[in-house]
Amino acid sequence: MTELEMSTVTEETNPMRLETKVDDAAETTADAQHHVFNVTDLNVYYGDFRAVQDASLTIRQHEITAFIGPSGCGKTTMLRCFNRMNDFIETARVEGSITYHGVDLYDPAVNATEVRRRIGMVFQKPNPFPKSIYDNVAYGPRLLGVKKKAELDEVVERSLKGAALWEEVKGRLKASGLGLSGGQQQRLCIARAIAVDPEVILMDEPCSALDPIATARIEDLMQEIKSKFTIIIVTHNMQQAARVSDRTAFFTTEVNPDSDRRTGRLVEFDRTKKMFSNPNDQRTEQYVTGRFG
Amino acid sequence: MALVSPSVRSTTQERVREGLTRRDRNVAGLVLQVLLLLAVLITLLILFTLIVRILVPAVPVFRDRGFGFLTGTIGSDPDKVGIWPGLYGSFFIALGIIVIAIPLGVAAAIYLEEYATDTRVNRFVVVNIRNLAGVPAVIYGVLGLTIFVGWLDPITQGKTVIAAALTLAVLVLPIIIITSSEAIRAVPQGLRDAGYGVGASRWEVTRDHVLPYAAPGILTGTVLSLARALGEAAPLILIGAITGLLPSTSLDGSFTALPMTIYSWSSKADVPGSVLGFENVAAAAGVVLLVLVLFFNVIAVTLRTKYERQRTGT
Repeated sequence: MTELEMSTVTEETNPMRLETKVDDAAETTADAQHHVFNVTDLNVYYGDFRAVQDASLTIRQHEITAFIGPSGCGKTTMLRCFNRMNDFIETARVEGSITYHGVDLYDPAVNATEVRRRIGMVFQKPNPFPKSIYDNVAYGPRLLGVKKKAELDEVVERSLKGAALWEEVKGRLKASGLGLSGGQQQRLCIARAIAVDPEVILMDEPCSALDPIATARIEDLMQEIKSKFTIIIVTHNMQQAARVSDRTAFFTTEVNPDSDRRTGRLVEFDRTKKMFSNPNDQRTEQYVTGRFG
Repeated sequence: MALVSPSVRSTTQERVREGLTRRDRNVAGLVLQVLLLLAVLITLLILFTLIVRILVPAVPVFRDRGFGFLTGTIGSDPDKVGIWPGLYGSFFIALGIIVIAIPLGVAAAIYLEEYATDTRVNRFVVVNIRNLAGVPAVIYGVLGLTIFVGWLDPITQGKTVIAAALTLAVLVLPIIIITSSEAIRAVPQGLRDAGYGVGASRWEVTRDHVLPYAAPGILTGTVLSLARALGEAAPLILIGAITGLLPSTSLDGSFTALPMTIYSWSSKADVPGSVLGFENVAAAAGVVLLVLVLFFNVIAVTLRTKYERQRTGT
């Protein structure tokens, strides 16, 4: 990029920046109650290695928020903070605050298991339980104490329909979930997640192990279930973020010149349309246009 | 492509053909293969010899005595002896392993793998458990004599089958912990994540996902340790297993076990005028012990197949 081009970009973005500020101010007053998560100055450490530095953002209800960025930029680390999955990494430590409807998720009084019942997760690699399709979906509701067969049947059917898998598996609910194709397995995992009726679903590169057709199905599915859930998705695929999300957060890695260690920084967070057409930060523009990362 | 003349193409083909059909001239590899095969054959030969050595002398015992050999008691006439006291002792030792050592060992493994954090103290504990697995059986006999026969006399009533079962349970405990730990460690993290992801607690994840997945490995370890305990004689000698006369069997009196019976009969001289020698009855007792171990193995394999089916979804 030449100097001339760069200056043009800056000039162009400046008026837009003002515009979004007005936009945001209006939003904060109008639908503060629709903020599901408020992240303020979040730092995540693994031992003395800082994986995420000073990230702040807001996740809004019934929106799909995408986290994009190059490998090692801390987007998955950040995602796993929302349902405290990082608790299982012994060296992981979280500073700053993540509030869920105003409640600090890392308050010592908060029960991480209760957090995960409300904030479900779908993982990068489809990981159905080595159980039947039925038992995979019924597992969560059973934990919550649903025992009646009719009730479980109903939850299983509703969840599988919600995950657009019902028609394909209704005749073989007793068959193992491991016998399904990769895309079906991932939809089974989505069905399993929505069976406990969470408010939020975290998706960690849910399509990275899937072919384009299975990916398209999952993306359609996300649009369908968006009205009921709030979704945060980490993706390596920028087109996917552009296609499915309402808002996008772009992370990048910064190399500390003293220690040569990388740390993840949140560069920009805005409406997806703006992030992909007219981002404020030059690094975002370079990334979304494929010139970096 | 048009520039390549037919003759050049054919020489390329010949060169490739020659290269691809070249004989494997890896002599060292062939020698190694033969050595490996030899190792397998020697092992098979040893196993075969063992079976013949123990079955052939045992056949007349089962033919002449039948069930009487199982229900008879130990004594000085090889035509009349039986292994009932040994079976009785070994049965309660096996029961002790199943009731005490397996739950305790698996529980310790679950704690170490799923709950304990990676601190210096915990690493020290793990290293010591590994060391304990290498302690010779005789030393466990000394331990059993001190603790279970001596200190815990009010519970065990001294040199009884209860003291023996407890001693052998302690002997195999480290083996069960180590094999179970390894089986639990091999459970994919994705399976745990899946459980936690739908809001299962640590215990629910362990109970519903980790243990069923680790079950085949845990079963293998526990059956091996059970076989080990059933075959162990050295600690029982120290605890005072009976080799001579044992008129009655009870939990709070004198005891013996199958390996002790085999050991004492093997060292006895034949009685003149008797049809069977002590060598025969010792071999027959060995066959019974082998069948017993085989029986536990069959149970384990059945269970293992069941869990493995579930794990792979077939």
